[in-house]
Amino acid sequence: MSKLLIQAKNIYRQYGDTLAVNKLSFDLQQGDILGFLGPNGAGKSTTMQMLSGVLAPSAGQILINGIDLLDQPKQAKQHIGYLPEKPPLYTDLTVDEYLAYAARLRNIKSRAIPQAIEQAKQRCNLTSVSKRLIGNLSKGFQQRVGIAQAILHNPDVIILDEPTVGLDPIQIREIRQLIAELGKQHGVILSTHILPEVQAICNKVQIMDHGLLVFSDTLSAMNETSTQGRLLVTFKQPPSIEQLGQLSAVQDVSSLENNRYYLDTDNIERTTDALTIAATENHWQLRELMPEQQTLEHIFVKLVAGQASAPDNHEVQQG
Amino acid sequence: MITRIALRELRNLFLSPLAWTLLAVIQFILAWLFFAQMDSFFSLQAQLAVIENAPGATDLIVAPLFNTASSLMLMITPLLSSRLISEERRNGSLQLLLSSPVSMTEIVLGKYLGLVLFLVILVAMITLMPLSLLMGTSLDMGKLLSGMMGLILLLTAFAAAGLYISSTTKNPTVAAVASFGLLIMFWIIDVAGSAVEQGGTVFSYLSIIKHNIPMLRGIVNSSDLIYYLLFICTFIILSIRQLDAIRLQK
Repeated sequence: MSKLLIQAKNIYRQYGDTLAVNKLSFDLQQGDILGFLGPNGAGKSTTMQMLSGVLAPSAGQILINGIDLLDQPKQAKQHIGYLPEKPPLYTDLTVDEYLAYAARLRNIKSRAIPQAIEQAKQRCNLTSVSKRLIGNLSKGFQQRVGIAQAILHNPDVIILDEPTVGLDPIQIREIRQLIAELGKQHGVILSTHILPEVQAICNKVQIMDHGLLVFSDTLSAMNETSTQGRLLVTFKQPPSIEQLGQLSAVQDVSSLENNRYYLDTDNIERTTDALTIAATENHWQLRELMPEQQTLEHIFVKLVAGQASAPDNHEVQQG
Repeated sequence: MITRIALRELRNLFLSPLAWTLLAVIQFILAWLFFAQMDSFFSLQAQLAVIENAPGATDLIVAPLFNTASSLMLMITPLLSSRLISEERRNGSLQLLLSSPVSMTEIVLGKYLGLVLFLVILVAMITLMPLSLLMGTSLDMGKLLSGMMGLILLLTAFAAAGLYISSTTKNPTVAAVASFGLLIMFWIIDVAGSAVEQGGTVFSYLSIIKHNIPMLRGIVNSSDLIYYLLFICTFIILSIRQLDAIRLQK
C-alpha cells in the first residue's frame, strides 16, 4: 500500500573538520509523518537541506521516489517541497506573484497555475492577503506563505524545517491539521523543538544528537511498550504526600501550588485506578486528573543527556 | 526555465526604486552631455565646413556620448549586478531556487539574462537621444549601430564579472565594491602594458576598453567580439562553479 518516498543511505556531511551528520540512514513511506528531534546543532537542518537538494552530502546516497537526488537532481526535486528554517521569500512581491513564480519554477503547466495557487492559499489560509506585499506581512503569515510554496506543486515529499515557529496558538493548530491532512497522501518530514507537537501529529520519531541518529521508532509502538508516565492531580481536600506515595506503582510525588501534585509512576493505568478508588473512599474530592505520557520527553532527555536545556514540556501542555 | 528566471529578475529590478533611479540619473547626465556636445558641434560647424572629409555629427556627438556612457556604467553596473545572487543568499531565498527542479546553469543564465535585458533597455534609451538628431540631419547609421553594439557588449561583460563577484559573497555592498574594483582593474590594465616593455601587449590586449574604442569608430573586429564573448563566458562558468561550490560545502 505504501511506497518508499525517501531512502537515505549512509549519508555523511562535513563542514571543515566538524562532522555535522554521521552515517545517517532511514526510510520514509507514503503516509508517514516523521518528526525530527534533537538539540540545537544536532544536524537536523543540515539533514533536511541535504534531503531537499540544497546541500550535497559529503558521502552517501539519497533516493527520492526511487530517483537519485545527486545523479538526477532535476527529476528528483520535482517531487520535493521544502520549507527552510527561514522561509525563502521575496519581500518585494505580493503573495500571488510569489506563488506564481514558485509554480513556474516547479514546472506547473500555465493553465494549472491559478488553480494550484488558489488551493495552496486556501490550505494555508492566505486568501485574505493575496494582494499584499510579503515584506509587509507578519511573521506568521510569512511562515504560511513559506508552507504554501512547499505544497504548491503537490509534491510526494514535504520537508518542513520548524514549520510552526512564529505562529500563534490558533495558527499552530491549523498548521498541525494541515500537516496531518498532507500526511495522508504524502510523506512529511518536520523538525521541531516542541515535543508535544511531535506527539500530536507524527507517527514516527527520530532523534538526532551530534550528527548521529540516536533513536528511531514509530510513536504508537513507543506508547504501547512504555507504561511509565506522570499524573497531574488536583484535590479539594488533599491527602498527605505519604498517602499518595503509597498508591500502587507510584515512584515519586511532587507537590505544586493550589493542592496540585505530580505523581511519577511506573504504570499509569494501575495508579489511576488506585487513585480514583482511594479518592472516593477518603473524600479527597478529586478535581483534576491528567495523565501525561512523557515517554518522548524521557527518551529525549535520556538520549541527549548532558544537553542541560531539554525543553520543558509541561509548561507547553498546560499553556 | 531560463527565461522564467530572467523575466522575474527583470521585473524585480523594476519593483525596487534602484533601477528607476539609476535609469533617471544616467539619462539626465547623458542628456546634459549630449546637449553640450551639440553645442560644441554647432560652434565648430563653420570650421568643419571648410575641411575636406570632415568628421560628421555621428563622430562628434554620438561617439563621445557612448564613450561617456561606458565609463558611467563602469560605476553603475556593479550596483545592479551586486544583488543578483548575494542578496538571495543573504535572504535565504536562494533556497527556493536550489530546492526547485532547476539546474545551477539555468539559475545563473536566468539571472544574467535578466540583467542583460535591463542593460539593453538602458542602451536603447540612451540611443534615442542621437536618433532624435534624425529630425534635423542625417546620421551614419552603421557607426551608430556599431557603437551601440560595442556599448551593449561592454556592459554585458561588466554584468558577467559583477555576477561572478555577487556569487562569492553574501553581502551586496561588498560585492558592489569588489566588482567595481575588478572592472577598474580591467579598465586600466593597459597602463601596465605601456610601462612594462616585455609582455606589454598581453596587458594591453586584456584591457576591456581597448576593444570598445574601434567599435565607436565604426570598426567591428572579430577579435574584439571574441574577446567579449570569452570574457562573458569565463565569468558565467565561474559563477556556475561558485554556485555549485555553495551546494557542496560551506
